[in-house]
Order: sequence, then C-alpha cells, then structure tokens
Amino acid sequence: MLIPDIEDEDSAPFWEATARGELRVQACGGCGRMRHPPRPMCPHCRSLATEWRRLSGRATVWSFVVVHPPVLPDFAELAPYPVIVAALEEDAELRMVGNVVSAEGAPINSVDPATLAIGQPLRVAFAEVEGVHMPRWVRD
Amino acid sequence: MIKDRTAIVGIGQTTFGKGIEDSELSLACQAISAALDDAGIAPSEVDGLCMFAMEDGREVQVARNVGCGDVTFFSEIGYGGGAGCGVVGQAAMAVATGQCRVAVAWRARKRASKTSRPWAQTKPVLGGDQQWSRAFGLLRPVDEVALLARRYMHEYGATRDHLANVALAFRKHANRNPNAVMYEKPLTREQYMSARWISEPLCLFDNCLETDGALAIVVVSAERARDLRRKPVYVHSFGQGLPPQHTVMTNYYCDDPLRGPSWACAQRLWANSDFRPADVSCAQIYDAFSPLVPLSLEGYGFCGRGEGGAFTDGGALEWPDGRLPTNTSGGGMSEAYVHGFNLVLEGVRQMRGDSTAQVANATTCLVTSGEGVPTSALLLRN
Ligand SMILES: [Zn+2]
Repeated sequence: MLIPDIEDEDSAPFWEATARGELRVQACGGCGRMRHPPRPMCPHCRSLATEWRRLSGRATVWSFVVVHPPVLPDFAELAPYPVIVAALEEDAELRMVGNVVSAEGAPINSVDPATLAIGQPLRVAFAEVEGVHMPRWVRD
Repeated sequence: MIKDRTAIVGIGQTTFGKGIEDSELSLACQAISAALDDAGIAPSEVDGLCMFAMEDGREVQVARNVGCGDVTFFSEIGYGGGAGCGVVGQAAMAVATGQCRVAVAWRARKRASKTSRPWAQTKPVLGGDQQWSRAFGLLRPVDEVALLARRYMHEYGATRDHLANVALAFRKHANRNPNAVMYEKPLTREQYMSARWISEPLCLFDNCLETDGALAIVVVSAERARDLRRKPVYVHSFGQGLPPQHTVMTNYYCDDPLRGPSWACAQRLWANSDFRPADVSCAQIYDAFSPLVPLSLEGYGFCGRGEGGAFTDGGALEWPDGRLPTNTSGGGMSEAYVHGFNLVLEGVRQMRGDSTAQVANATTCLVTSGEGVPTSALLLRN
C-alpha cells in the first residue's frame, strides 16, 4: 500500500500520536494557531516553536468523492471507494483528507457512498496499515 | 510594464495523437522549428529559451538540435499546467527588458513518458503534501479536483448540466478543427450524462484528453514584429498567481479553498491592462477538468463568486453567438491535452483571424493556465 513517510521531519509527531490512538495537529508555540499540514514556520507570526495539540476527534464532512477505476494497483480492489475532506471542529481552516468507514478497522470501501453527505458529523478512529496508524472516520 | 512591447510572431505544432514514436525532445524541436519557419526567423537568431520545468528535453539539447546561437536568457517554470502562459510571459519579459531578442517557448508531452503523468509513478512511501492525500486513496489529479468540485457544487448550486455545458461547447469547437483529436466525434448531453464515473461527481467527459504532441511560439519586440511576415499578436498583459496558503492541487487547507490561483493571477493581469473582462473577444481557459472553467471564469472576473456555473448557460461559451466563445479549437478536453499550450496557439490564431471557429472582429483574447496550481495568464491583442 501507499503509506506516508512516518519519519518525515515535519510530520513524524503526527504519526507518533496516531500510533497512541491520538489525533494531534501542529500548533504554533508563539501565537497558538493550529495548522495542517505541518511545516516549520507559523505563517501568522513566523515562530519556529511548535507543539502538538490533541484534538477532540470530532469533525464534519467538508467534501467527498467516489473514486472509480482506473487507479493504482494498491487501491484497485477497493474501488469504487469514497474519500473525504474532514473539517475539524476546533478551527474552520483545519481540514484533513481521509476515509469514512463503517466501523473501526473496516476497509475504506465499507460505507455505501450514496449515504454520504456534506455536513455529516464524524468521529476519528484508527486503522493500522503496514505499521502506520492511519486516521479513519466513522459517522457519529 | 511590458504592455504591447513584444509580440508573438511565429507558431508551430506537431500533429496530435497517441503513441507517436518520436521522443519528446524530437517533438519539441519539430514544433520550435515550425514556429521559426512561420516567423521567418533563422534558428541562429534564437537567444532566449523558456520552457516548462517538466520538459523531458533540456535547453542545451534543444539549442544543439535546433541550432541556436548564443543563448543569453533561459528560464523554467514549474507546476505543470500552470506554466503555459508563464513561459510565454517570461519570454516576453526577457525580450522587453533586453535580455534577449528572439525568445521561443514550448511544450512537448507524451502520455507514456516518465515525466508526463507523475501520479502514475507515485512512490510507495509518500513525503511532502502527497502524504496527506495519496495515502488515503486520493490518487489522481481528477480525484483532487473532484473534491473541490463537489464542494463548489454544494456551496453555489452548480450542477452537472453546467459541467456538461463546458464539455459540449469545447467538443463543438473541436468538431470544426481538423487538427483536433475529437474532430470527427460529436458529443451529446445524453452521452455526457450516461458516461462512466471517474471520480464522482466527475465523469469521463469532465476529463481532458491524453495526447502526444508539441507546440511552440516565437516572441520578438513589437518593432521587429512589424517587419515580419505574420500579423503581430501583442502580449498586452501577463500575470502569474500563487495565492496565500496555497497547496498544489490539494488546496483544502486554507480559509477559502475555492478562491484559487486564478484570483491572484487576475490581479496583476488586469492591473497592467487597458482592457476589462467585458472587452475580451474570446477566451482560451485551461481545462484539464471541466470544473476549472467556471472557477477560472470567476477568478478572471467574468462573473461573481459562485456564478461560474450559471455563466455557462445559454451557450455562453459557444462559437459564434455565445457571449464569451471559449476554447475555440476544442481545448484540452477535445483538441489535445498538451498542458494547455495549445490554448496559447489558439489565442494567437484568433488574433491573426485564422481560427477554425474565428470570432468576428476579435481584438483581444484571454489565455489562462491551470487553476488549482500556481498559474499564469496572458491577454493577447492584435
Ligand atoms: Zn504563530
């Protein structure tokens, strides 16, 4: 499968948190604003200080697609499957690409895409894929 | 300002198709050679080279093949389909500022080439921005755009009928253009609505073609242009755009994801122009995917936020009677997908008066590059 580089210098703490079952995002050590994806400098105050703030894990569906073939071999057997952008409840600009699943541990094609809608409430879950703990979303 | 100080005086292209045997370097050199012949300028006079950073053939190879003289300006622009107007605009800037006298800009692309479809070579361990999208199965450019398209349709009430308006208009234009890949293939609304999904809400006909081919243009000063054989097409205005907090293709993380690079680019384009959107005779708008057209119409000021879908109603994009005939050679969706560089050449043909869907008395043409990536645009005039 395609997996993220969990040793990436900017994002490693994100994956260390998911391995503990926590959803954390980078927050500025200067002004406190949260940001995702992670990066070295805060665009609001230019501070290099960062902390990793734990989130509630609650979100809503901001948008979604249903991916149909042809896709890369790793995902071919799962297609068609939905992919979403989740809007996190802590900050209107904080969004993440992810997958809605029917229950924790279920595959990314486990929900009927016809039941998805923008605005649906979500709660984070996690699934291990080749040693990486991927955030997943179940409907709340 | 570079306003009207340079002109495009030569255009050249190869045939478009699939499975062309020539290398991308060979195709690039063929297109540049044809553009120089069109301009009536010897290759030894070429002293400026502007190309996409994604080009397979490099400047030194092009110079060795085409037979350039001392090249005194060369530049590359990244971000794939965002670069088309950028390489032309930087060629114009280089000529206008005296860094070179004869500049060429081009794009050569083959579907099967390593450099053509980066998504198909995704590495199994993802770094950079891709780690936040591809690992979740958001794999292809169409998936990335479809996420924004769904949100756009939700926020503003745009519909699949609006996207069909885009696809059908461009196909009609291609059906008049013998060089278009889809010249002999009409498209109906019924065919569009029953087409297979690629990434819902986008279907097959919301996607551009995959094409092998190359195109090139030649830029010289306005003074020199008046002595050459072709009617000069002046580079009236040029802009590039990279908005705040932008993420390439996956622009989901900023406060206003539906305000893309076109908005940033449009600021400079219109600020340096004597014209307004209402003055534009026709447009060539980057169309790797149909939703990029309503977004670009908004970004470049042809309508307000959220009005891009409705703008396409009533045949607005169609030659000859629409209020803004758009992609009059068929565009990326129906002529050829060469990273939008065919749009530049069609803009030149409209200003010369020899398009296969020629807008009567056309005096200005907007050409845009990719919305959704750091982009660029040109306003051409005759
Ligand atoms: Zn800060």
